[in-house]
Formats: sequence, structure tokens, C-alpha cells
Amino acid sequence: MNDVGVSRLSLRDLVAESVGGLFSRPGRAVLTILGTALGVGTLVATLGIAKTAGNQIVTRFDALAQTEVLVEPVSQPGTRLQSVIPWDAGARLSRLNGVNAAATLSRVPVEGLISAVPFNDPLRQTEFNFNVYSSSAELLPAVRGRIATGRFFDAGHSERADTVAVIGPAVANRINLTRVDQQPAIRLGERVFSVIGIIEDVAREPSLLSAVIIPDGTARELYDLGAPAEVHIDTVIGANQLIARQAPIALAPNNPDLLEARTARDPREVRQVVEEDVNTLFLVLGGITLLVGAIGIANVVLVSVIERIGEIGLRRALGARRGHIARQFLFESLLMGLVGGVIGASAGVIAIVAASAYNQWTPVLDAWVPLAAPAVGAGVGLVAGVYPSLRAASLEPVDALRAGI
Amino acid sequence: MIWPGRSPVAVASADPVVELVDVERVFPGTPPVRALVDVNLVIEEGEYVSIAGPSGSGKSTLLNLLGLLDRPTNGTYLLDGIDTSELNDRQRAAVRGHRIGFVFQAFHLMNHRSVLDNIVVGQIYNRIPRADRRQRAINALERVGLGHRIDFLPDRLSGGERQRVAIARAIAHSPSLLLCDEPTGNLDSVTTDSIMTLFEDLHRDGLTLVVITHDKTVSARSPRTVSIIDGLLTEQP
Repeated sequence: MNDVGVSRLSLRDLVAESVGGLFSRPGRAVLTILGTALGVGTLVATLGIAKTAGNQIVTRFDALAQTEVLVEPVSQPGTRLQSVIPWDAGARLSRLNGVNAAATLSRVPVEGLISAVPFNDPLRQTEFNFNVYSSSAELLPAVRGRIATGRFFDAGHSERADTVAVIGPAVANRINLTRVDQQPAIRLGERVFSVIGIIEDVAREPSLLSAVIIPDGTARELYDLGAPAEVHIDTVIGANQLIARQAPIALAPNNPDLLEARTARDPREVRQVVEEDVNTLFLVLGGITLLVGAIGIANVVLVSVIERIGEIGLRRALGARRGHIARQFLFESLLMGLVGGVIGASAGVIAIVAASAYNQWTPVLDAWVPLAAPAVGAGVGLVAGVYPSLRAASLEPVDALRAGI
Repeated sequence: MIWPGRSPVAVASADPVVELVDVERVFPGTPPVRALVDVNLVIEEGEYVSIAGPSGSGKSTLLNLLGLLDRPTNGTYLLDGIDTSELNDRQRAAVRGHRIGFVFQAFHLMNHRSVLDNIVVGQIYNRIPRADRRQRAINALERVGLGHRIDFLPDRLSGGERQRVAIARAIAHSPSLLLCDEPTGNLDSVTTDSIMTLFEDLHRDGLTLVVITHDKTVSARSPRTVSIIDGLLTEQP
């Protein structure tokens, strides 16, 4: 008996036939590819912009918040705040490695209003209601503040309980004080203080800008202040989490649990949250687009199968097996998805760079995203092609030859 | 030109190209349609046979059986001595691809691919080495007198030229049997005549041809004619 032989379709021929099939209808192939490209592009852009935005928020936090620690007594409902922060908190904390500056800060209950002149002018408001704080001498470095004119008080003022004050720019503006070289006097309620400095700006605790600040020692002496209300610490970059763990122990070795050290959230945690927020919404969007793209591919391949019934019959007559027919249409579908994935990845990266350039951000993207995108596109094409390919393969050659031109 | 088809060894083997023994094809339905009834037909190598009959006579069914596109309900079909009833779908595809060349009334050319591509497609399923395909296609095109149309798209060709391309595709892989289904059905009489002349040339080169037609002038030109009416085959004198 003669050799029956086998029919075969080499990979190279498969690729050539599929590409030939696509190029026979280039316009339609391009439109179909567009659907996948949009879906993949949305996914890539979403992942990249989420990453970029997360990174951006973190770098902004790094500058200021990541060097800040605030220590307060733990507030327990129903009980009075205990006097757990020592007056020498600033000095104790300054000994910790990683602390740039630390200062106590407390609200001082001053009765009465604040004024710069000892008489009542009926035409103008001369008395104002400003907050009064007391602090230790290192307050400005601890809150990253600058003095505009004059000086900040020092430890000596505090020890002697001198009646000196430093005022914020908002206060200086209201009471018309611009110079301190003659040590102008202001009245805090019934008491008179000498103004020795005006603050220009603070990076933290903006309430200080509209406040009067007096030395801790003066507040204890004149206003019976029991204990500092809080401690502000400025750390070197990256040390805030460490100092936050050490500060309560340094300040209250017997009861560190009574103190609470607050820091900005860990940057990695922030980045995670931002990425998750952006991601969930747009990943869903990208997924839907991709699904629509897949349906588009499936539809076009199905139309193409119906259009090419004659060609399918011919190929069967030329010796193609059902599998060869299925493979050809499946590969055409996969190819459209793959090209869509590549275009989508490129468009997504361009979108990330454009959005970053517009916002003056640094574009950040995981390297695996643009590499995986074409694979996702190809996968979409493959899945979309399954049904039309099986339809094509199930055609009987006799019927196909009769139906097609 | 020496036709590069069957090797001398194959010629030496005594099997006829086609041997139909008591073949019957019944299409299920109410009542069942007996499209072919007790068909016995032997076609020796190198024969040129016309199968003539009006439409509905069963000649398309016979062509589908001969082309392994369909299976007989009863009976045996030996192609080159191979009992095709024992073959599965994949083996039938292989036999079809290797041993049969089809020419259709509607040409069945891919209009977006060049003439050369259309002929090369006829060889990709047949284990013909890639390097040989182009040369085989060019040889076949020259054989049908279209060597100057290699890079044309089929839309640019006349009906007769398109049918010549289809014939080139059918003979490029050197089949044992060339099956032509109403090859001149879409052509005018002058073109028909040139296609028939081409068939005669191919026959002279040793190719085995079966032409199915309802056109008496076409069937009259073959050395042997078999007529088919209502599924019954009768040899014409």
C-alpha cells in the first residue's frame, strides 16, 4: 500500500499565512488593534501614573514631614492630663542621636487682651485677642522657623523668668510693630513684656505666626504653668520613626506609655495607599476597555471567518487539517492582540511621561509593566480568537467551497 | 517538457489512480436522497475523463467523493491503491493535499494575495521544502502560459487568466489526479477553448485528469466520457 503521508503547517508558514490574512484587510486590522491598544494603554498609563503620583507625594513629604516628631501626653477621657513631660525635655532629647533640635511648647492661659499702647484710642482697635505660648529656647530650629528681626529668647531669660516676648508676624502687623531695637513693650493682660524679636516664618505649627511666645520659666513663675503640653522635635531625614520610639522613654523612663509620639505616616505606607486609590478605579476602567477590545477582536475575526469561508474550503481542499485552519485564525487574532499590546504599552508610557512633564513630576514605572503589556494583549487576542477559530475549523470543506466565492 | 509528476517507479505500480467499487452516497432526509447508485469506475494513470451530466445528476457529489471532501455511504474508493475508507480525517487531508489538485468553477483565488502567493499556498500543507516552492510555482505558471503575471493580484486578471492561475496552483505540487469542477462554467467560448487546449497539453504530458461538466462541447473533447444521470453512471462510446 502506498504511503498516506501527513499534511503539516510549519510555524513559519503559519506566521506568513496569518500575517498575509491580516494585511489583506489592513484598515480593519488597524481598527481592531486600536481596541486592544486602548485597553492596554489605559492599564499601563494607570499603573505608571499611580506609581508616579505616589512617588511624588512621598518626595514632598520627605522634605518636611519626615523629619518631624510631636510628643504629647496620651489623652485619656475622664482624667486630667498628667504632668509627665519634664521641663528639660528639649535638653534630654537633644542628646539622642538623630535629633537636630527639640523644644517644649505650651499654651499659656493669659487673662485679658493684648495691646501695644497703654491707652485707649477711640478711633482704632488697640486691644487684640492672640494666643500666648511658652516654649524653651530651641523652639525655632525645632519648628524650622526664622526670625525676622531681633532675637529669640535664650535659656538665661527662662531661668530668670524675664518678662520678654517674641511675637509672630501677624501679631506684629496688627499692633504696628516693625522694629525691636528699642525693646518696645506690649501688655499681656495686666503684665508688660518687652518684645525682643519678631518671627518671619515657621515651617511647622503655623499657629505660632499669630501668637505671642514667652519663655517657659516666665510662664511657670507668672502663670503657674504646671508642665509642658507638648514637645516638638526636628530630626535628621529618616530618623523620625526611630526618635518617635525613643522619645517617650527618654522623657518618661518610668511611664513611657503615658506619652504618645506622633510622626507623619511611613512613606512606603503612603505610597501604597495612593497607588491603591488610583489603581482600583483605573484598573477597572482599563479592564473594561480591554474586555471591549477583546470582544472587538472576536467580532472581527468572526466576520473574517465568515467572509473567508471560500478560502477555508480551498485550504481544506489543499490538504489543510481542521487544526491548521483553527491555528491560522487563532494566530491572526493573537497577532492583532500582540500588536495592540505593543502599541498600547508605548502609548501608555508616552501618556505617563506627558502627564509627568505637565505636572513637573518624575515619571516612575515598574519595568515589568511595559514588558508584560504585549503579553497581556496577545493573551486577550488568543482568548478572543478561540470561538471564531473553532467555528472556522468546524466548517465542512464541501459546504465551505460551495458557500464561498 | 517532461512532466515532473509521478516517478517512473509509481508508473510501474499497476494500481489505477481511481477505483470506485459499488459506491453509493445517500443523503439522509425524508425521503433519503440517493445521489449516487452503485457507481463502479476505474481511471487508469494518464487518462483524461469527462464526467458529464445535467445539474442535479449527482456529478458534484461524485467530484466530492473523488476529492476526498466527502465519504461514500457504501462501497470502496481506492485512490492510488489506498483504501480511503480506512483513513481518518487527518489522513484524508494529507492524501488530498499530496495527491489531488482541485480546479473550481469559481477559481477560489485569494484576491489580496499575489498570483505567486496563491500558488505557493497550494504547497504549504504538503511538506514541500520552502526553498522549492517558488520555483515550482514559477514552473507551473509558465506551464499554463502566465509566466509574465507572477506579481499581479488576481483582480487584475481576466477570467481565463484566473482559471489558469487556479490550474497552476492545482498542478504545482505534482498531484496524481487533477479534479476540475465545471472549470469553464464562468468563461466565454473562446477562453473555454484555450483552457480545454491547456487540459489536452497537460494530458499529453501524462497528467491524469477528471473534468466534471454539463457542457457537451467540453465533454466531447476528452478521449473518454462518462455520463451521469440520476446517480447512475454510464460509459459513453
